[in-house]
Amino acid sequence: MVPASLENSPPLAPSKPGFFGRNRDRLLRTLIPVGVVISLILLWQAIITVNGIPQYILPGPLAVANSLYNDWGTLWPALWVTTQITMQALALALIGGVGIAIFLVQSKWIETAFYPITVILQVTPIVAIAPLILIYAPTTQVALLICAFLVAFFPILSNMVQGLKSVDHNLLNLFDLYGASRWQMLLYLKLPSSLPYFMTGLRIGGGLALIAAVVAEFAAGSAGAGSGLAFRLLESQYRLNIPRLFAALILLSVLGVVIFMITSFIAWISLHRWHESSLKREN
Amino acid sequence: MTTSQAPLIPAPGDSRRRPLVVMRNVSKMFSSGTLALSDMSLTVEPGEFVSLLGPSGCGKSTALRIIAGLGDVSTGTIDWPSSRINSKGLPEGDISFVFQEPTLMPWQTVFGNVYLPLKLRGVSKSAARDEIMKTLATVGLQDFAGAYPRELSGGMKMRVSIARALVTRPKLLLMDEPFAALDEITRQKLNDDVLRLWRETGITVIFVTHSVFESAYLSNRIVVMKARPGRVHADFPLVTSMSRDAHYRTSEEYRQACEKVSNMLLEAIGGEEH
Ligand SMILES: Nc1ncnc2c1ncn2[C@@H]1O[C@H](COP(=O)(O)OP(=O)(O)OP(=O)(O)O)[C@@H](O)[C@H]1O
Ligand SMILES: [Mg+2]
Repeated sequence: MVPASLENSPPLAPSKPGFFGRNRDRLLRTLIPVGVVISLILLWQAIITVNGIPQYILPGPLAVANSLYNDWGTLWPALWVTTQITMQALALALIGGVGIAIFLVQSKWIETAFYPITVILQVTPIVAIAPLILIYAPTTQVALLICAFLVAFFPILSNMVQGLKSVDHNLLNLFDLYGASRWQMLLYLKLPSSLPYFMTGLRIGGGLALIAAVVAEFAAGSAGAGSGLAFRLLESQYRLNIPRLFAALILLSVLGVVIFMITSFIAWISLHRWHESSLKREN
Repeated sequence: MTTSQAPLIPAPGDSRRRPLVVMRNVSKMFSSGTLALSDMSLTVEPGEFVSLLGPSGCGKSTALRIIAGLGDVSTGTIDWPSSRINSKGLPEGDISFVFQEPTLMPWQTVFGNVYLPLKLRGVSKSAARDEIMKTLATVGLQDFAGAYPRELSGGMKMRVSIARALVTRPKLLLMDEPFAALDEITRQKLNDDVLRLWRETGITVIFVTHSVFESAYLSNRIVVMKARPGRVHADFPLVTSMSRDAHYRTSEEYRQACEKVSNMLLEAIGGEEH
């Protein structure tokens, strides 16, 4: 465009800000990190090739890609198992966390009675309970599910309790004034106003569910048809199949990124119209 | 409770209209031990525009909230001689409250916020639509029904809050320093809007303010309160032959009204400090 015409034209109307901001922003935001990752991978391959480092010490990206392709038959079922455990645990944690949070804030007495228990459970490192759970749970899968659930559950619970308790007092008065029932108060006021807190819990819980699923599987260490990615990782380590270890690791981080993106997207979808955290500053 | 059944036809000889709300010897002690109101009595007739003035902390908000049924009285009674009252002793649906902050739900649009009182009564959205749009039009916001509160200016948010208070067509509108946070121009404009609504609807208003000028402009009755403990210090009518508009603001009559209110307020504050 000719600069002269630019001067005469009205100021550019800002396009509607979306999930990634405006269009040019969005392109840069995608291109820059992708560029950095590609450069790092190239650098990695170059170091391996130049120094002639053997595969059993540090495999290059090519060897890892190779393993990802060749071992897909083993890795894919494992990825699926880990994904399932993580998602099921997260779903249960969402239901349980929100449900119990609603129960806890019903009265001061209920909260006084039960909150300490939830705090004790929360601060106890879950790896320490994992052996116990492994003993009592009927199958390893169920044990993993319980571990991942427990870890994801608490951030959702505590965020939700906080959200339900930080409802604007004037709005509570307003609902009182109009004779709102307990049920209406919950449905139309407390739940919507704690949505931002819920979303924070969801994002934290999503990440933690995956971590817990992996850690618990390390603790379980059992083999079998239903093994997840963590077991494949350990197995590759025993067999000194380092490329496959890296391949499993990459799948795990891809899964983590996907979970992060999904939870962030859900948060954005539900909050961007009204909540400050999702707003672009336009002044 | 027995006074609540208003006869449809006033008793013979009773030429006066029944008062809308009667506060009798109301005291309010908070659990902290603060005596916020002591033996306060106030009778408000239908159609009055009462301004409640007084030094900070004298119990204006407390009095307003007690009238609205937000919080119990320690002693004394509140009666609604011309309303049907519910089990809580409140004429539900007859009272609306406008707080100092707009107090909107940020997750709801303007429409959704104004719909709230009707939604809580179980009115369906489609049945409420006409009434909501009409009410939004009376505060000049018909074009903003789909906007979210964060997209509105402070004055517009306040208008939404007023529309929400009016949508149930209440008999009594309680306003607690509704425009204190706004700039002078917006404030004057909203004052004119409230006056127009008051004239058009015949609604009764109790208006808490710190501003002598605002109260003298708006009300046909002034109640000045005294602090520690909160009680009524002075209660007098403000009559004017003029219509309350831009002309009135510059008239001698308005100046005198301001002076009178101001003196009463100084008295109430002075009596407290010496
Ligand atoms: N919830 C509460 N608990 C304890 N004390 C309270 C409470 N609310 C108000 N008070 C006390 O009651 C008194 C009257 O308060 P109120 O808010 O009614 O005053 P106000 O006249 O509205 O003041 P302002 O003009 O500053 O708004 C004050 O001394 C205040 O400290
Ligand atoms: Mg106040």
